[in-house]
Amino acid sequence: MNMGQREYIGISRAKGPLAFVEGIRDVGFNERVEMTLPDGRLLQGRVLEISTELAVVEVFAGTGGLDLSSVRLRFAGRPFQIPVHDQMLGRVFNGLCEPLDGGPAPVSKTMRDVGGQPLNPVARAYPRNFIQTGISTIDGMNTLIRGQKLPIFSGSGLPHNELASQIIRQANIGGGEDFALVFAAIGVKHDVARMFQDVFEEGGVTEKVVMFLNLADDPSIERILTPRTALTLAEYLAFDRGLHVLVVMTDMNNYGEALREVATAKGEIPSRKGFPGYLYSDLASIYERAGRIRDKKGSITQLPMLTMPNDDITHPIPDLTGYITEGQIVLDRDLHKKGIYPPINPLPSLSRLMDAGIGSGKTREDHEHLSSQLYAAYSQVRQVERLASIIGEEELSEVDRSYLSFGQEFEKEFIAQRPDENRTMEETLDRGWERLAVLPRSELTRVSEAEIEKYLNKR
Amino acid sequence: MSAKNKDGENSTGEVIWVSGPVVKARGMRHFRMLELVFAGKDRLVGELIELDGDVGTIQIYEDTSGMRPGEPVKGTGNPLSVELGPGLIGRTFDGIQRPLERLREQTGDFIRRGTQVPRLDREQRWDFEPRLEENTDVAGGEILGVVQETPMVEHRILVPPGTRGRLTSIAAAGSYTVEDAIATVTHEKGETTLHMYHNWEVRRPRPVRERLRTAAPLVTGQRVIDVFFPLVKGGVAAIPGGFGTGKTVIQHNLAKWCDAHIIIYIGCGERGNEMTDVLNEFPELRDPRSGNSLMDRTILIANTSNMPVAAREASIYTGVTLAEYFRDMGYHVAVMADSTSRWAEALREISGRLEEMPAEEGFPAYLASQLAEFYERGGHVRSLCNNEGSVSIIGSVSPPGGDFSEPVTQHTKRFVRAFWALDKELASARFFPAINPQTSYSEYVDAVLPWWQDETGEAVGRYLEQARAILRAYQKLQQIVRLIGEDALPDEQKMTLLSARLIREGFLQQSAFDPVDMFAFPLKQARMLRAILRFCDMGRVLVKKGVPVYRVRELSSFGSLMRMKASIENEKTEEILKLQGQVEEEMHRLAREAQISEEELGTEIRSQETGGKEEGGEAEKGLEERADQMMEEHTKADLYQEAKQHDIKGRSSMTKEELAESLAREREEDREKS
Repeated sequence: MNMGQREYIGISRAKGPLAFVEGIRDVGFNERVEMTLPDGRLLQGRVLEISTELAVVEVFAGTGGLDLSSVRLRFAGRPFQIPVHDQMLGRVFNGLCEPLDGGPAPVSKTMRDVGGQPLNPVARAYPRNFIQTGISTIDGMNTLIRGQKLPIFSGSGLPHNELASQIIRQANIGGGEDFALVFAAIGVKHDVARMFQDVFEEGGVTEKVVMFLNLADDPSIERILTPRTALTLAEYLAFDRGLHVLVVMTDMNNYGEALREVATAKGEIPSRKGFPGYLYSDLASIYERAGRIRDKKGSITQLPMLTMPNDDITHPIPDLTGYITEGQIVLDRDLHKKGIYPPINPLPSLSRLMDAGIGSGKTREDHEHLSSQLYAAYSQVRQVERLASIIGEEELSEVDRSYLSFGQEFEKEFIAQRPDENRTMEETLDRGWERLAVLPRSELTRVSEAEIEKYLNKR
Repeated sequence: MSAKNKDGENSTGEVIWVSGPVVKARGMRHFRMLELVFAGKDRLVGELIELDGDVGTIQIYEDTSGMRPGEPVKGTGNPLSVELGPGLIGRTFDGIQRPLERLREQTGDFIRRGTQVPRLDREQRWDFEPRLEENTDVAGGEILGVVQETPMVEHRILVPPGTRGRLTSIAAAGSYTVEDAIATVTHEKGETTLHMYHNWEVRRPRPVRERLRTAAPLVTGQRVIDVFFPLVKGGVAAIPGGFGTGKTVIQHNLAKWCDAHIIIYIGCGERGNEMTDVLNEFPELRDPRSGNSLMDRTILIANTSNMPVAAREASIYTGVTLAEYFRDMGYHVAVMADSTSRWAEALREISGRLEEMPAEEGFPAYLASQLAEFYERGGHVRSLCNNEGSVSIIGSVSPPGGDFSEPVTQHTKRFVRAFWALDKELASARFFPAINPQTSYSEYVDAVLPWWQDETGEAVGRYLEQARAILRAYQKLQQIVRLIGEDALPDEQKMTLLSARLIREGFLQQSAFDPVDMFAFPLKQARMLRAILRFCDMGRVLVKKGVPVYRVRELSSFGSLMRMKASIENEKTEEILKLQGQVEEEMHRLAREAQISEEELGTEIRSQETGGKEEGGEAEKGLEERADQMMEEHTKADLYQEAKQHDIKGRSSMTKEELAESLAREREEDREKS
């Protein structure tokens, strides 16, 4: 059959990010389209809907400046693909995989569809190896596992970018084996992208990083492609080249908004808050690209970041993300106000894969119980605080007061750490035990006698 | 049921429109509604869901990237069907019954489009043993013969429903593939050759002789379910809960431990790693009743969230059709559908692409009727071959934002009879299973009480009544405790809290990972509850007579009761009886120390047990009234504090009461607004 490229001149209608082309033949669904404007500017797009009469094309840069009669369209005869190659490590691209660093366009014999293909569930290997991040609340209580997708839920003005860059600097992604970092900026500000670039340079890992940048003033529709481009390269690096890949994506909220923009322009029936009904499936087609494969060396670990609009965790994007990802790290405005960095609230945070990756032979035998005890105690602190705000601290019982001082110490000495402080797993766990010493022995119901004997009395 | 179209051969149409999983084609006049088609040059599997004159609308079960107008659409003459025969157990299929292991062998780790694989293995040989003799009259649903498919499952080969006539030949015992002819049935229209498998369309319920009422519970080993919110064999239940409340862990637990013969686990639009978890874990786990590997009774349908959305829509029908097939052999089958919300979303997506008029939140108006059809396929029946079998359905629901007022939860509630509402607060206190005793219900409670009596000889109905009363009282008191702390309560109420704690932590809370606690036999459940209630009853009497509550709490039997769920194994329930003896002994000792005579103690307790209901009810009523009163006072105080903190302007002149009232009004308004 004819895989040749077909060219047409002129479109019949343009609306928001969509262009409508009539009278075309042999064009497939989801096919890549290149549009050339009279001034030589090149726009990229893809076919969202196709019939015998009409093609609806999504234009990533938007249809601004488009002249209906003179635009030249070239249909590529295949979906949007990018070249994938190890030599792309160390480079900077935009969301469509065009170089931004002044270097040449990447070439490779291997081209991959950015949409990816679903990983066969029986081919998956269950993630079991932990990644030490050097951050106590993550390592100790919400351990990150290689092959996991663990988003950071944040709010505007909270230091999620600082936290992400600290994780990037400190995490032993490869655990001694070869690793790579793929960074996807989705509609973030210039200075944020710059900050990450600096982090990579200072860390001396630039040659292991690929950046895909779609900045706040770049075309918003390109954001739909940015995470997919990044993950397509990540899949190649992980499963063809055997690297352990950490993919950082920020900010998924902007991604969801771009999706909403296209859906609205198409006149689709909205579900919650104007987002399209397929938001869940669409987000899943991104997040589910994390994981490990049986009998293969590499892995993809995802660290997506999203700012919850109005700090609302039930907003569709964090809500649906939480349903897909394997837990979440939640930043807390109250902790931030108290001046605690990183303001990770352990209570709503969760790592679903933690249990399989910790314990004797992996981290330490007491890890699970200790983490559960710290969680229970801190949750009690919040209760006591509420009570104290009503009846006053002086009315509290002895035990309750010990919880208050546990809470203060826990926030200051366990949750809080310097942005350059890289704690070992051993240190994190020991710090946890030190905090527990404040509480009466009878309150420690989640750790065993033997553990108390061994770790609490150690100091 | 399998009919060719009118020309007697498969017709061809032509694609004219493509949008995601929905394709329109013309030249479809000779196709049938719901016919299975192969669309495009890649021969993608699809189903005809709408016919309008010459134009048909097809939902495609694979990714349609690259499909163009003008490509052909081939009919198959058959509706979307599954193959029913040996080779199902222990396998993992996608939403349209393609075996995923086979797909992996053919196309590698990622699923490619247009891959065709036989659904049942064509090469594998099975040892067939005939059960009927030649020259007998047979009808659909009868058992032709059997195949021992796994150590746990005897696969009974059924005459396909709809076939009737004289059995003119049947194969001798021996080993055959599913395609070998094993029998011939002669009837007026000629002869029908039977194989070990037959096809059945997924959207049509399989026929049964009659539907039965059930009184036997589906024993799940989960105490909060079995005792408080039971499910019967052939019953239907829903588990709604926001993310992180533990829906999937409960579903996995039921799949592991419930006493069905066959488990069908449908991973519908959920995480890939959860299926991997099942695939890794189940072969290692042993069935507590037979000792066989759990995978020997399990079928997995995996259509994870990143797999094509239309196949997700089909997956629950595929799953429930397999379930009906095993039911027809005379088995009790349990279907776990995780999650029905993702299925509803698939409906919504397809409906949106068809530009249908939406009802609530973009869902199509037929959401409710489709949910009803699905849950109605559960039930306890007498099958065509006169065996009893059942299909129980447990569907998880994932309401957006954990808000149960959304359409899927609300409609599901209309069609299920057990509702296990998961609670974000319980989950965040790491209290699992996070089934909220206040908002959950089961309409099967009374139906299964006689079974409990027969099975355990214990008056579980009475225990349940008592335990619920304590939990209700606890709920009331809890509001007060949040305001003033536990220490401020009088001793009798502290005893209620202590009792509730024992029931909640010692009974309702159950670890999914502790080797002893993860699964409790009915006898253990009943005896545990009895021992706990004994402690509560006697403790209450003693405290009423003036024994300080801390003395009761300090009894060593209290700790033992708390720990017995994990320390006493299923087979050693006599230790629970011993523990109850210890409770009584210690309580009597306390009574002696407080100089309460044996006689007095005995009468009090007996009066509680016999007339306990009314007396308890009254006591509780008093408690509730008092709680309401205290709540009111403290809400006022609470609001006053708040006002003071925020120093709300213009209100300094108000009295405490006025202020509280005005604030309460504002709160109410806020709530209404939101």
